[in-house]
Amino acid sequence: MSITSLLLLADGRFPSGGHAHSGGLEAAVTARRVTGVDDLGAFLRGRLATAGLVSSAFAAAACYSTVDASSLDAGLDARTPSPALRRASRAQGRALLRAARQMWPLPPLPASPHQPVALGVVAAAAGLDHTQAALAAAYGTITGPASAAVRLLGLDPYRVHALLAGMATDCETVAARAAAHAGSPVDDLPAASAPLLDAGAEIHARWEVRLFAS
Amino acid sequence: MRATARIVAVAGRGGTRLVTMRSEPPLVLRRTGPETAHLVGGAAGPLGGDRLRVEVEVGPGARLCLRAVAASLALPGASGGASLLEVAATVAAGGHLRWLPEPLIAARGCDHVGQSTVELAEGAALVWREELVCGRHGEQPGDARLETTVRYAGGTIMRQEVAVGPRAAGWDGPAVLGGGRATGSLLVVDPAWADKPPEPAVLGPSAAWMPLVGPAALATATGADLREVRAALDECLPDDV
Repeated sequence: MSITSLLLLADGRFPSGGHAHSGGLEAAVTARRVTGVDDLGAFLRGRLATAGLVSSAFAAAACYSTVDASSLDAGLDARTPSPALRRASRAQGRALLRAARQMWPLPPLPASPHQPVALGVVAAAAGLDHTQAALAAAYGTITGPASAAVRLLGLDPYRVHALLAGMATDCETVAARAAAHAGSPVDDLPAASAPLLDAGAEIHARWEVRLFAS
Repeated sequence: MRATARIVAVAGRGGTRLVTMRSEPPLVLRRTGPETAHLVGGAAGPLGGDRLRVEVEVGPGARLCLRAVAASLALPGASGGASLLEVAATVAAGGHLRWLPEPLIAARGCDHVGQSTVELAEGAALVWREELVCGRHGEQPGDARLETTVRYAGGTIMRQEVAVGPRAAGWDGPAVLGGGRATGSLLVVDPAWADKPPEPAVLGPSAAWMPLVGPAALATATGADLREVRAALDECLPDDV
Protein backbone atom coordinates (compact mmCIF):
# COMPACT_ATOMS: atom_id res chain seq x y z
CA MET A 1 0.00 0.00 0.00
CA SER A 2 1.38 3.36 -0.99
CA ILE A 3 -0.24 6.45 0.47
CA THR A 4 1.63 8.58 -2.05
CA SER A 5 0.04 6.65 -4.92
CA LEU A 6 -3.38 7.27 -3.33
CA LEU A 7 -2.68 11.00 -3.11
CA LEU A 8 -1.49 11.02 -6.71
CA LEU A 9 -4.61 9.23 -7.95
CA ALA A 10 -7.01 11.42 -5.96
CA ASP A 11 -5.30 14.67 -6.92
CA GLY A 12 -7.37 16.92 -9.17
CA ARG A 13 -4.19 17.56 -11.17
CA PHE A 14 -3.94 13.90 -12.20
CA PRO A 15 -3.93 14.23 -16.02
CA SER A 16 -7.12 12.26 -16.73
CA GLY A 17 -9.29 15.10 -17.96
CA GLY A 18 -11.50 15.24 -14.87
CA HIS A 19 -11.46 19.06 -14.90
CA ALA A 20 -13.62 18.97 -18.07
CA HIS A 21 -16.57 17.49 -16.12
CA SER A 22 -18.74 19.17 -13.51
CA GLY A 23 -20.49 16.07 -12.17
CA GLY A 24 -23.89 17.48 -13.10
CA LEU A 25 -23.28 20.82 -11.43
CA GLU A 26 -23.39 22.92 -14.61
CA ALA A 27 -26.92 21.65 -15.36
CA ALA A 28 -27.99 22.31 -11.75
CA VAL A 29 -26.54 25.84 -11.85
CA THR A 30 -28.27 26.70 -15.12
CA ALA A 31 -31.58 25.34 -13.77
CA ARG A 32 -31.03 27.67 -10.75
CA ARG A 33 -31.11 24.70 -8.40
CA VAL A 34 -27.63 25.70 -7.16
CA THR A 35 -27.00 29.42 -6.69
CA GLY A 36 -24.61 29.62 -3.73
CA VAL A 37 -22.48 27.78 -1.20
CA ASP A 38 -25.43 26.38 0.80
CA ASP A 39 -27.06 24.84 -2.27
CA LEU A 40 -23.67 23.51 -3.30
CA GLY A 41 -23.36 21.75 0.06
CA ALA A 42 -26.77 20.11 -0.41
CA PHE A 43 -25.84 19.16 -3.97
CA LEU A 44 -22.58 17.55 -2.83
CA ARG A 45 -24.26 15.63 0.01
CA GLY A 46 -26.87 14.22 -2.39
CA ARG A 47 -24.27 13.41 -5.02
CA LEU A 48 -22.03 11.66 -2.48
CA ALA A 49 -24.93 9.54 -1.17
CA THR A 50 -26.00 8.46 -4.68
CA ALA A 51 -23.47 8.62 -7.53
CA GLY A 52 -20.65 8.76 -4.97
CA LEU A 53 -21.72 5.57 -3.20
CA VAL A 54 -22.16 3.72 -6.51
CA SER A 55 -18.81 4.91 -7.96
CA SER A 56 -17.05 4.11 -4.73
CA ALA A 57 -18.54 0.59 -4.55
CA PHE A 58 -17.62 -0.18 -8.16
CA ALA A 59 -14.09 1.20 -7.80
CA ALA A 60 -13.62 -0.93 -4.67
CA ALA A 61 -15.03 -4.03 -6.38
CA ALA A 62 -12.85 -3.56 -9.47
CA CYS A 63 -9.76 -3.08 -7.29
CA TYR A 64 -10.66 -6.12 -5.17
CA SER A 65 -11.09 -8.36 -8.20
CA THR A 66 -9.74 -6.86 -11.41
CA VAL A 67 -10.83 -9.94 -13.41
CA ASP A 68 -14.46 -8.90 -12.82
CA ALA A 69 -13.94 -5.61 -14.69
CA SER A 70 -16.27 -6.45 -17.58
CA SER A 71 -19.19 -7.64 -15.43
CA LEU A 72 -18.75 -4.57 -13.20
CA ASP A 73 -18.74 -2.42 -16.33
CA ALA A 74 -22.10 -3.93 -17.36
CA GLY A 75 -23.36 -3.35 -13.81
CA LEU A 76 -22.64 0.36 -14.17
CA ASP A 77 -24.46 0.45 -17.51
CA ALA A 78 -27.53 -0.92 -15.70
CA ARG A 79 -27.17 1.80 -13.02
CA THR A 80 -26.65 4.69 -15.46
CA PRO A 81 -29.88 5.24 -17.36
CA SER A 82 -28.71 8.50 -18.95
CA PRO A 83 -26.81 7.87 -22.21
CA ALA A 84 -25.04 11.23 -21.71
CA LEU A 85 -23.74 10.06 -18.32
CA ARG A 86 -22.67 6.71 -19.76
CA ARG A 87 -20.65 8.52 -22.44
CA ALA A 88 -19.12 10.92 -19.88
CA SER A 89 -18.15 8.05 -17.57
CA ARG A 90 -16.55 6.05 -20.39
CA ALA A 91 -14.67 9.10 -21.70
CA GLN A 92 -13.23 9.66 -18.22
CA GLY A 93 -12.39 5.96 -17.88
CA ARG A 94 -10.52 6.02 -21.19
CA ALA A 95 -8.60 9.18 -20.23
CA LEU A 96 -7.69 7.71 -16.84
CA LEU A 97 -6.31 4.52 -18.42
CA ARG A 98 -4.32 6.46 -20.99
CA ALA A 99 -2.59 8.45 -18.24
CA ALA A 100 -2.18 5.58 -15.80
CA ARG A 101 -0.62 3.28 -18.39
CA GLN A 102 2.47 5.50 -18.30
CA MET A 103 2.71 5.09 -14.51
CA TRP A 104 1.87 1.49 -13.67
CA PRO A 105 1.58 -1.80 -15.57
CA LEU A 106 -2.14 -2.37 -16.23
CA PRO A 107 -3.90 -5.65 -17.03
CA PRO A 108 -5.80 -5.90 -20.35
CA LEU A 109 -9.05 -3.93 -20.19
CA PRO A 110 -11.78 -2.73 -22.54
CA ALA A 111 -10.69 0.51 -24.26
CA SER A 112 -13.30 2.74 -22.59
CA PRO A 113 -14.49 1.26 -19.32
CA HIS A 114 -16.69 3.24 -16.94
CA GLN A 115 -14.57 5.61 -14.84
CA PRO A 116 -15.05 3.79 -11.48
CA VAL A 117 -14.01 0.46 -13.03
CA ALA A 118 -10.92 2.07 -14.55
CA LEU A 119 -10.14 3.74 -11.22
CA GLY A 120 -10.40 0.45 -9.33
CA VAL A 121 -8.12 -1.39 -11.76
CA VAL A 122 -5.60 1.46 -11.76
CA ALA A 123 -5.68 1.59 -7.95
CA ALA A 124 -4.86 -2.13 -7.82
CA ALA A 125 -1.98 -1.63 -10.28
CA ALA A 126 -0.70 1.24 -8.12
CA GLY A 127 -0.57 -1.10 -5.13
CA LEU A 128 -3.63 0.29 -3.35
CA ASP A 129 -6.22 -1.84 -1.62
CA HIS A 130 -9.98 -1.72 -2.27
CA THR A 131 -10.74 0.53 0.69
CA GLN A 132 -8.36 3.13 -0.72
CA ALA A 133 -9.89 2.79 -4.19
CA ALA A 134 -13.30 3.38 -2.59
CA LEU A 135 -12.04 6.50 -0.86
CA ALA A 136 -10.43 7.92 -4.00
CA ALA A 137 -13.69 7.40 -5.91
CA ALA A 138 -15.95 8.92 -3.23
CA TYR A 139 -13.60 11.88 -2.86
CA GLY A 140 -13.52 12.45 -6.62
CA THR A 141 -17.32 12.59 -6.86
CA ILE A 142 -17.41 15.67 -4.60
CA THR A 143 -14.15 17.45 -5.40
CA GLY A 144 -14.88 17.58 -9.15
CA PRO A 145 -18.18 19.49 -8.81
CA ALA A 146 -16.73 21.60 -5.96
CA SER A 147 -13.98 23.01 -8.16
CA ALA A 148 -16.45 23.38 -11.03
CA ALA A 149 -18.60 25.48 -8.68
CA VAL A 150 -15.80 27.99 -8.24
CA ARG A 151 -15.64 28.45 -12.00
CA LEU A 152 -19.39 28.39 -12.67
CA LEU A 153 -20.61 30.58 -9.83
CA GLY A 154 -17.48 32.51 -8.88
CA LEU A 155 -17.80 31.19 -5.33
CA ASP A 156 -15.16 31.92 -2.72
CA PRO A 157 -12.71 28.99 -2.99
CA TYR A 158 -12.02 29.15 0.77
CA ARG A 159 -15.69 28.58 1.55
CA VAL A 160 -15.98 25.82 -1.04
CA HIS A 161 -13.00 24.04 0.47
CA ALA A 162 -14.46 24.52 3.93
CA LEU A 163 -17.51 22.60 2.67
CA LEU A 164 -15.26 19.76 1.49
CA ALA A 165 -13.38 19.71 4.78
CA GLY A 166 -16.70 19.49 6.61
CA MET A 167 -17.67 16.46 4.51
CA ALA A 168 -14.54 14.45 5.34
CA THR A 169 -16.32 12.09 7.72
CA ASP A 170 -19.28 11.65 5.33
CA CYS A 171 -16.86 10.82 2.54
CA GLU A 172 -15.08 8.21 4.64
CA THR A 173 -18.37 6.71 5.84
CA VAL A 174 -19.62 6.34 2.26
CA ALA A 175 -16.31 4.82 1.16
CA ALA A 176 -16.35 2.32 4.04
CA ARG A 177 -19.95 1.30 3.22
CA ALA A 178 -19.01 0.98 -0.45
CA ALA A 179 -15.85 -1.03 0.22
CA ALA A 180 -17.78 -3.49 2.41
CA HIS A 181 -19.62 -4.68 -0.73
CA ALA A 182 -16.43 -5.65 -2.60
CA GLY A 183 -16.64 -9.26 -3.72
CA SER A 184 -20.48 -9.29 -3.66
CA PRO A 185 -22.46 -10.28 -6.77
CA VAL A 186 -22.75 -7.28 -9.10
CA ASP A 187 -26.55 -7.05 -8.71
CA ASP A 188 -26.08 -6.66 -4.93
CA LEU A 189 -23.80 -3.63 -5.20
CA PRO A 190 -25.34 -0.24 -4.37
CA ALA A 191 -27.55 1.35 -7.04
CA ALA A 192 -28.54 4.65 -5.40
CA SER A 193 -30.22 6.87 -7.99
CA ALA A 194 -30.28 10.65 -8.33
CA PRO A 195 -33.22 11.45 -10.64
CA LEU A 196 -32.18 15.07 -11.19
CA LEU A 197 -28.58 14.15 -12.08
CA ASP A 198 -29.97 11.83 -14.78
CA ALA A 199 -32.51 14.28 -16.20
CA GLY A 200 -30.06 17.18 -15.86
CA ALA A 201 -27.37 15.30 -17.81
CA GLU A 202 -29.77 14.70 -20.70
CA ILE A 203 -30.79 18.36 -20.79
CA HIS A 204 -27.14 19.49 -20.54
CA ALA A 205 -26.07 17.20 -23.40
CA ARG A 206 -28.37 19.11 -25.76
CA TRP A 207 -26.83 22.52 -25.18
CA GLU A 208 -24.69 23.87 -27.99
CA VAL A 209 -22.55 26.00 -25.67
CA ARG A 210 -21.40 24.73 -22.31
CA LEU A 211 -18.34 25.08 -20.11
CA PHE A 212 -18.14 21.43 -19.06
CA ALA A 213 -18.52 18.16 -20.97
CA SER A 214 -20.95 16.81 -18.35
CA MET B 1 -48.66 -8.66 9.08
CA ARG B 2 -47.39 -11.17 6.53
CA ALA B 3 -49.20 -11.70 3.26
CA THR B 4 -48.49 -13.04 -0.22
CA ALA B 5 -50.58 -12.54 -3.32
CA ARG B 6 -49.98 -14.42 -6.53
CA ILE B 7 -51.28 -14.03 -10.04
CA VAL B 8 -50.49 -16.23 -13.02
CA ALA B 9 -51.53 -15.38 -16.58
CA VAL B 10 -51.32 -17.92 -19.40
CA ALA B 11 -52.24 -17.67 -23.05
CA GLY B 12 -55.30 -19.71 -23.92
CA ARG B 13 -57.59 -20.02 -26.91
CA GLY B 14 -59.19 -16.62 -27.42
CA GLY B 15 -56.92 -14.70 -25.05
CA THR B 16 -55.22 -14.63 -21.69
CA ARG B 17 -56.51 -16.75 -18.81
CA LEU B 18 -55.75 -15.84 -15.20
CA VAL B 19 -55.22 -19.37 -13.90
CA THR B 20 -54.14 -18.34 -10.41
CA MET B 21 -55.37 -15.33 -8.43
CA ARG B 22 -54.46 -15.82 -4.81
CA SER B 23 -55.21 -12.94 -2.47
CA GLU B 24 -54.29 -12.55 1.15
CA PRO B 25 -55.36 -9.39 3.02
CA PRO B 26 -54.25 -6.66 2.73
CA LEU B 27 -53.19 -7.78 -0.77
CA VAL B 28 -56.48 -8.39 -2.56
CA LEU B 29 -56.55 -8.99 -6.31
CA ARG B 30 -59.64 -8.56 -8.44
CA ARG B 31 -60.02 -9.23 -12.14
CA THR B 32 -61.29 -6.06 -13.80
CA GLY B 33 -60.92 -6.80 -17.51
CA PRO B 34 -59.97 -9.51 -19.98
CA GLU B 35 -56.25 -8.93 -19.35
CA THR B 36 -56.43 -6.63 -16.32
CA ALA B 37 -56.45 -7.10 -12.56
CA HIS B 38 -56.44 -4.52 -9.77
CA LEU B 39 -54.94 -4.62 -6.30
CA VAL B 40 -57.78 -3.43 -4.12
CA GLY B 41 -56.05 -3.24 -0.72
CA GLY B 42 -58.56 -1.84 1.72
CA ALA B 43 -56.66 -0.72 4.81
CA ALA B 44 -53.98 1.98 4.92
CA GLY B 45 -50.56 0.46 4.66
CA PRO B 46 -48.02 -0.95 4.51
CA LEU B 47 -47.41 -0.48 8.24
CA GLY B 48 -44.06 -0.87 9.94
CA GLY B 49 -43.42 -4.58 10.52
CA ASP B 50 -45.48 -5.72 7.50
CA ARG B 51 -43.89 -8.29 5.18
CA LEU B 52 -45.82 -8.24 1.93
CA ARG B 53 -45.08 -10.08 -1.29
CA VAL B 54 -46.68 -10.02 -4.71
CA GLU B 55 -45.78 -12.74 -7.22
CA VAL B 56 -46.60 -12.26 -10.88
CA GLU B 57 -46.08 -14.81 -13.61
CA VAL B 58 -46.86 -14.18 -17.26
CA GLY B 59 -46.58 -17.22 -19.52
CA PRO B 60 -45.49 -17.40 -23.16
CA GLY B 61 -47.67 -15.15 -25.30
CA ALA B 62 -49.90 -14.10 -22.37
CA ARG B 63 -50.79 -10.48 -21.56
CA LEU B 64 -51.43 -8.99 -18.16
CA CYS B 65 -51.97 -5.46 -16.86
CA LEU B 66 -51.83 -4.96 -13.10
CA ARG B 67 -53.09 -1.76 -11.52
CA ALA B 68 -54.12 -0.54 -8.08
CA VAL B 69 -57.32 1.24 -7.14
CA ALA B 70 -55.53 3.65 -4.79
CA ALA B 71 -52.13 4.87 -3.64
CA SER B 72 -50.45 2.97 -0.83
CA LEU B 73 -49.54 4.88 2.28
CA ALA B 74 -46.45 3.72 4.16
CA LEU B 75 -46.94 4.36 7.87
CA PRO B 76 -44.92 3.59 10.99
CA GLY B 77 -46.07 0.48 12.87
CA ALA B 78 -46.59 -0.12 16.56
CA SER B 79 -43.62 -2.51 16.63
CA GLY B 80 -41.23 0.11 15.26
CA GLY B 81 -39.92 -2.23 12.54
CA ALA B 82 -39.59 -1.57 8.82
CA SER B 83 -42.20 -2.53 6.25
CA LEU B 84 -41.24 -4.51 3.18
CA LEU B 85 -43.10 -4.97 -0.08
CA GLU B 86 -41.47 -7.44 -2.42
CA VAL B 87 -42.67 -7.79 -5.98
CA ALA B 88 -41.30 -10.71 -7.99
CA ALA B 89 -42.38 -10.90 -11.62
CA THR B 90 -41.41 -13.23 -14.44
CA VAL B 91 -42.43 -12.84 -18.06
CA ALA B 92 -41.86 -15.59 -20.64
CA ALA B 93 -40.99 -15.06 -24.31
CA GLY B 94 -43.82 -13.32 -26.13
CA GLY B 95 -45.47 -12.36 -22.84
CA HIS B 96 -46.50 -8.77 -22.01
CA LEU B 97 -46.68 -7.33 -18.52
CA ARG B 98 -47.87 -3.84 -17.63
CA TRP B 99 -47.31 -2.96 -13.96
CA LEU B 100 -49.08 0.35 -13.43
CA PRO B 101 -49.84 0.70 -9.72
CA GLU B 102 -50.60 3.95 -7.94
CA PRO B 103 -47.80 5.74 -6.04
CA LEU B 104 -46.34 4.96 -2.68
CA ILE B 105 -46.82 7.85 -0.27
CA ALA B 106 -44.12 7.93 2.41
CA ALA B 107 -45.85 9.28 5.53
CA ARG B 108 -44.02 10.90 8.43
CA GLY B 109 -42.08 8.36 10.48
CA CYS B 110 -42.44 5.48 8.04
CA ASP B 111 -39.59 3.04 7.38
CA HIS B 112 -40.38 1.27 4.15
CA VAL B 113 -38.46 -0.75 1.58
CA GLY B 114 -39.88 -1.80 -1.78
CA GLN B 115 -37.93 -4.50 -3.61
CA SER B 116 -38.99 -5.33 -7.14
CA THR B 117 -37.31 -7.97 -9.26
CA VAL B 118 -38.41 -8.62 -12.82
CA GLU B 119 -37.06 -11.52 -14.88
CA LEU B 120 -37.78 -11.18 -18.58
CA ALA B 121 -37.09 -13.94 -21.05
CA GLU B 122 -35.70 -12.88 -24.42
CA GLY B 123 -38.71 -11.65 -26.44
CA ALA B 124 -40.73 -10.57 -23.36
CA ALA B 125 -42.18 -7.04 -23.15
CA LEU B 126 -42.67 -4.88 -20.08
CA VAL B 127 -44.06 -1.57 -18.87
CA TRP B 128 -43.10 -0.90 -15.24
CA ARG B 129 -44.05 2.26 -13.36
CA GLU B 130 -42.85 3.32 -9.92
CA GLU B 131 -43.87 6.55 -8.22
CA LEU B 132 -43.00 7.92 -4.83
CA VAL B 133 -44.64 10.86 -3.05
CA CYS B 134 -42.73 12.44 -0.16
CA GLY B 135 -45.21 12.80 2.68
CA ARG B 136 -48.89 13.65 2.77
CA HIS B 137 -49.84 17.29 2.30
CA GLY B 138 -47.38 19.53 4.13
CA GLU B 139 -45.67 16.60 5.83
CA GLN B 140 -41.99 15.55 5.86
CA PRO B 141 -41.58 11.94 4.75
CA GLY B 142 -40.15 9.10 6.77
CA ASP B 143 -37.60 6.77 5.22
CA ALA B 144 -38.61 5.01 2.02
CA ARG B 145 -36.43 3.21 -0.49
CA LEU B 146 -37.58 1.65 -3.75
CA GLU B 147 -35.13 -0.89 -5.18
CA THR B 148 -35.65 -2.26 -8.66
CA THR B 149 -33.79 -4.92 -10.61
CA VAL B 150 -34.82 -5.87 -14.14
CA ARG B 151 -33.13 -8.65 -16.07
CA TYR B 152 -33.61 -9.41 -19.74
CA ALA B 153 -32.40 -12.70 -21.27
CA GLY B 154 -30.32 -13.32 -18.14
CA GLY B 155 -28.50 -9.96 -18.04
CA THR B 156 -29.38 -7.09 -15.71
CA ILE B 157 -30.51 -4.11 -17.78
CA MET B 158 -31.75 -1.81 -15.01
CA ARG B 159 -30.86 -1.42 -11.33
CA GLN B 160 -32.06 1.57 -9.38
CA GLU B 161 -32.67 2.56 -5.78
CA VAL B 162 -34.56 5.73 -5.04
CA ALA B 163 -34.39 6.73 -1.38
CA VAL B 164 -35.99 9.61 0.51
CA GLY B 165 -36.25 10.55 4.17
CA PRO B 166 -34.00 11.40 7.09
CA ARG B 167 -31.54 8.56 6.45
CA ALA B 168 -30.99 9.45 2.77
CA ALA B 169 -28.41 12.26 2.82
CA GLY B 170 -29.18 15.10 0.41
CA TRP B 171 -32.39 13.49 -0.89
CA ASP B 172 -34.26 16.80 -1.06
CA GLY B 173 -31.22 18.69 -2.34
CA PRO B 174 -30.46 19.81 -5.88
CA ALA B 175 -28.72 16.57 -6.97
CA VAL B 176 -31.59 14.22 -6.11
CA LEU B 177 -35.13 15.67 -5.92
CA GLY B 178 -34.37 19.40 -5.72
CA GLY B 179 -37.24 20.06 -3.35
CA GLY B 180 -39.66 18.11 -5.56
CA ARG B 181 -42.29 16.24 -3.55
CA ALA B 182 -42.82 13.48 -6.11
CA THR B 183 -40.62 11.40 -8.35
CA GLY B 184 -41.23 8.48 -10.64
CA SER B 185 -39.93 6.31 -13.41
CA LEU B 186 -41.43 4.33 -16.24
CA LEU B 187 -39.43 1.49 -17.74
CA VAL B 188 -40.43 0.16 -21.14
CA VAL B 189 -38.85 -3.02 -22.51
CA ASP B 190 -39.68 -3.78 -26.13
CA PRO B 191 -37.86 -6.64 -27.88
CA ALA B 192 -38.26 -4.77 -31.18
CA TRP B 193 -35.76 -2.20 -29.85
CA ALA B 194 -32.94 -4.78 -29.96
CA ASP B 195 -32.18 -3.57 -33.50
CA LYS B 196 -33.25 0.04 -33.24
CA PRO B 197 -33.33 1.67 -29.79
CA PRO B 198 -35.51 4.76 -29.28
CA GLU B 199 -33.98 8.26 -29.33
CA PRO B 200 -33.45 10.04 -26.00
CA ALA B 201 -35.79 12.98 -25.31
CA VAL B 202 -36.15 15.76 -22.78
CA LEU B 203 -39.67 15.71 -21.28
CA GLY B 204 -39.40 18.86 -19.17
CA PRO B 205 -37.06 20.75 -16.83
CA SER B 206 -36.62 17.68 -14.60
CA ALA B 207 -37.74 14.78 -16.75
CA ALA B 208 -36.12 12.76 -19.52
CA TRP B 209 -36.58 9.64 -21.64
CA MET B 210 -33.37 7.63 -21.80
CA PRO B 211 -32.55 4.57 -23.90
CA LEU B 212 -30.77 1.93 -21.81
CA VAL B 213 -28.15 -0.61 -22.86
CA GLY B 214 -30.52 -3.32 -24.08
CA PRO B 215 -33.97 -3.21 -25.70
CA ALA B 216 -35.34 -0.79 -23.11
CA ALA B 217 -35.77 2.86 -22.18
CA LEU B 218 -36.47 4.61 -18.89
CA ALA B 219 -38.44 7.78 -18.31
CA THR B 220 -37.57 9.64 -15.13
CA ALA B 221 -39.56 12.57 -13.79
CA THR B 222 -39.44 14.68 -10.64
CA GLY B 223 -41.87 17.43 -9.79
CA ALA B 224 -43.82 19.43 -7.25
CA ASP B 225 -46.57 16.81 -7.10
CA LEU B 226 -47.67 13.51 -8.54
CA ARG B 227 -49.74 15.16 -11.27
CA GLU B 228 -46.63 16.75 -12.73
CA VAL B 229 -44.66 13.49 -12.58
CA ARG B 230 -47.51 11.40 -14.04
CA ALA B 231 -47.97 13.85 -16.92
CA ALA B 232 -44.32 13.42 -17.96
CA LEU B 233 -44.34 9.64 -17.56
CA ASP B 234 -47.62 9.33 -19.49
CA GLU B 235 -45.89 10.82 -22.55
CA CYS B 236 -43.78 7.66 -22.69
CA LEU B 237 -46.53 5.15 -21.88
CA PRO B 238 -46.99 2.97 -24.96
CA ASP B 239 -50.59 2.38 -26.00
CA ASP B 240 -49.92 -1.29 -26.37
CA VAL B 241 -46.55 -2.99 -25.98
